[in-house]
Amino acid sequence: MVDTPHPNRQAEAGAPPGRPSRLTAILHRSEALRGYLLMSPTLLIMTLGIVIPFLILLVMSSWSRDGFGFDTTPTINNYLRAWSEPVFGALLTRSFWISGVATVATVVLCYPMAYYVAFHVHRRKMLWIILMTLPFWTSYLLRVFAWKVILGYEGVINSGLMSLGFIEAPLEFLLYSKEAVIITLAHAWAAFAILPIYVSLEKIDRSLLEAATDLGDGPVRRFLRVTLPLSMPGVIAASFLIFIPTTGDYITPALLGGPDGAMIGNFIQLQFGPVNNWPMGATLAIVLMFWIAAVALAFLLLTRKLQERLT
Amino acid sequence: MSQGTYIKRHNRALQVYAVAFLIVLYVPVLFIPLFSFNDSVYVRFPLEGFTLQWYVELWSREPVWNALWNSVRVGAVVSVIATILGVVAARAITRYRMPGKTALVTFIMMPLVIPGIIFGVALLVLLSRMGVPLSLYTVGLGHLIFCLPFAVATLLPRFEGFDPSMEEASMDLGENGWWTFWRVTFPMVFPGVVASLLLTFTISFDEFIMAFFLTGTDPTLPMYIWGQLRFPQQFPSVLALSALILIASFVLVFVAQWIGRVGLDQNRETP
Amino acid sequence: MTPPNAFISIRNVSKFFGTFQAIDDVSMEIGRGEFFSLLGASGCGKTTLLRMLAGFESTSQGEIYIDGQPMSDVPPHHRPVNMVFQNYAIFPHLNVRDNIAYGLRKQKLPKPKRDAMVDEMLDLIKLPGYGGRKANELSGGQRQRIALARALILRPKVLLLDEPLGALDKQLREQMQLELRALQRQVGITFVFVTHDQEEALTLSDRIAVMSGGRVLQLDTPTGLYETPKSRAVASFIGSINFFRGTVRRNGGTAGAVEAEGLGTVPVAAEHLGRPDGTPVLVALRPEKFALSASRPADAAHAVAGRLKTAAYLGERSHYYLEIEGRDEPVAVSSQNLGRIAAAAEGGDTTLWLSWSPESMVILEAE
Repeated sequence: MVDTPHPNRQAEAGAPPGRPSRLTAILHRSEALRGYLLMSPTLLIMTLGIVIPFLILLVMSSWSRDGFGFDTTPTINNYLRAWSEPVFGALLTRSFWISGVATVATVVLCYPMAYYVAFHVHRRKMLWIILMTLPFWTSYLLRVFAWKVILGYEGVINSGLMSLGFIEAPLEFLLYSKEAVIITLAHAWAAFAILPIYVSLEKIDRSLLEAATDLGDGPVRRFLRVTLPLSMPGVIAASFLIFIPTTGDYITPALLGGPDGAMIGNFIQLQFGPVNNWPMGATLAIVLMFWIAAVALAFLLLTRKLQERLT
Repeated sequence: MSQGTYIKRHNRALQVYAVAFLIVLYVPVLFIPLFSFNDSVYVRFPLEGFTLQWYVELWSREPVWNALWNSVRVGAVVSVIATILGVVAARAITRYRMPGKTALVTFIMMPLVIPGIIFGVALLVLLSRMGVPLSLYTVGLGHLIFCLPFAVATLLPRFEGFDPSMEEASMDLGENGWWTFWRVTFPMVFPGVVASLLLTFTISFDEFIMAFFLTGTDPTLPMYIWGQLRFPQQFPSVLALSALILIASFVLVFVAQWIGRVGLDQNRETP
Repeated sequence: MTPPNAFISIRNVSKFFGTFQAIDDVSMEIGRGEFFSLLGASGCGKTTLLRMLAGFESTSQGEIYIDGQPMSDVPPHHRPVNMVFQNYAIFPHLNVRDNIAYGLRKQKLPKPKRDAMVDEMLDLIKLPGYGGRKANELSGGQRQRIALARALILRPKVLLLDEPLGALDKQLREQMQLELRALQRQVGITFVFVTHDQEEALTLSDRIAVMSGGRVLQLDTPTGLYETPKSRAVASFIGSINFFRGTVRRNGGTAGAVEAEGLGTVPVAAEHLGRPDGTPVLVALRPEKFALSASRPADAAHAVAGRLKTAAYLGERSHYYLEIEGRDEPVAVSSQNLGRIAAAAEGGDTTLWLSWSPESMVILEAE
């Protein structure tokens, strides 16, 4: 077989390849440019959806309500109000408290589950993972509603206990309280805790555990000295993934928090609803974000300090 | 895995815990279908009897079907657009050397860690200042921004596990970018695309927080349910509706995961 | 710029990845129908150079010409070049036939013609009838051949091969080497072959470019590289070799000699020297250039005595390490086991005589 050029190739070989345009030439040379260009629609949407709204939010927080419109003279009155009026501070503190407790409860309760699947399940791990996360993919609203059904005055727990004769009158503290909110949050966000912890446990090199045993550690010791520290990145990730979104939650407190369990999310929502004070709502949203960032940062620094102390 | 029998020792306590955990996880959710068959307006024990009347009644209620159709429409459009944008972004991130890539990825993933209420509120403010009336389109926009990180997170591993020399081989053999994508890239990431479509659809379909702020006169299904919660008489119907949605979501997610696994097996080569 | 005469011309090409320089001012010309190899250790830049020929990397500086055409703005899918990738890059979702016929889509040939071409290729790579098989069910060697067929069916002017035999076991690799060589002769296409295996390069190539640190150390025929390396780096890269420190001794005119540690003063034809008297040089001698005998050979012009330190038996040949006076390091000598050789006593006082001819000495710059 001799190297006879194929007819098509012949045409290409004879004449110089069609001189591409300047633009194509530049694109051919710069990889970074090609990459960013390819992503541009995505980036555009995200910028439109994240950056611009936040900027507008910032701007709105500096306005004031004026009847049905806005007084657009920039002012920091809203921020001063948020700072000075005790109700906002109290609400914020309570929100962080509820989220914090829910986060700790979720992480602590989910850790053994993640541990079980990582270390004691050997076949069909995927099945377990799907089982654990499936409830998460259903409507959040429905899951909160389910707890309302359970904890209600005439709800499942009360009517069940009463019909079984354990109690005579329905328990009142179950619903419309901080505790109800915490329980519901913990249940609803469990999946977000399990996955990161599971992933970091799965990554632990099993031979490290064997080495620890070989060097004299019993199972509890080994857990405390090897497994737990190595799974910390997963625990921290889980904590963030639960804490941050729950601070702004308003469905759960609205459905079953009552006045005792109201959170800042409710308040923000009210500002955009019946109270109709959008600038205040914007301000509170920004204040919330600020405090979330502050708490998150403090938490990160704390864990870093702890890590340095331990190693 | 060389765990050694010592570490593999069965731990009864943990097993019991795991099972109890799953029970606690699922039971609250399973109460909904349970009471949807209960012959009583009140959601409480003891159960009064089996009935399908709530489901039957649901059938004739037109607002329910309207809301359902709205949610389906929004979900479909959002899932398609989010997946397309996700494919494009995942490919760019895994194939090109770009400065500032980590910052870029973090930026895209941000909606996952910001409370939904803040997004809802921020978008509401933006849209109202721009004079855009609230409608299913605005809900769709909010959902799109929320679903994009999920789409990217689903597609990124697909593209990363995909040998770049496949695309290079295709180009080397004469196909330009467009043809290479359709002949090589797309077939190979297809399971990820399907998973992304199903996932983003489910997320949009169930999403309530942002829909609350961005809905106009046409409610999505979660918004409709929220409205109905104020009327105790409607409780059982709401339960019936919720039960149906639950089952549908379960099935969709299961299928998405299963397809994801099948795709992975197909790409495995004999050594 | 006047197009060059060679088929592939690489002119003063450099490549930077950020601040890292992968290719440093490389120039070379490759002839039509040549089996040309790029040889070097990992990281020397040979794969980068290959990818620049294919069009997957652009040149930071310099120009590449293929058949007279400049290639800098030509994207990979327009180049008359095809590549066989290191891991073969066989499309797992297509069967063997569709894999091989992949590049034919653009030519819009009628199906019978396409099928005929694929069958012709399957015969060429000795896998007849495999068309319907799922591509990822085949073994490494088979996939490698399919990758070859997929590229060759397009009749490229140049075939680029990126370490295609690296993943194969030794026997299969040797067999494939012979088949590749035969194939190239048969098809007549220019092959540019990248490898880190010097034996492979020596076996297959018409010419080899030895690369290191992004530069070409020497471009020569296999014999040229082996027998007349131009630098210490090239000499020690290919095969094993002994280096002796030496000094040039010339007393004017055409005569000249080199005084080397342990070897004495050996006359060398002046044209090999080209250096003034007293210049320090390196004398290189391959282990197989020495002849060993139990007593001083009568007919050898130059011989030295050595004490046997270690011997290694390798089946078809043995390696001996002898200490000679005037040199710290033992000299490595390699000779074929022509007869049954009783194991020589190591250490001890066995004296053997080494002899060699001056023509086998390579004089290099002292570094």
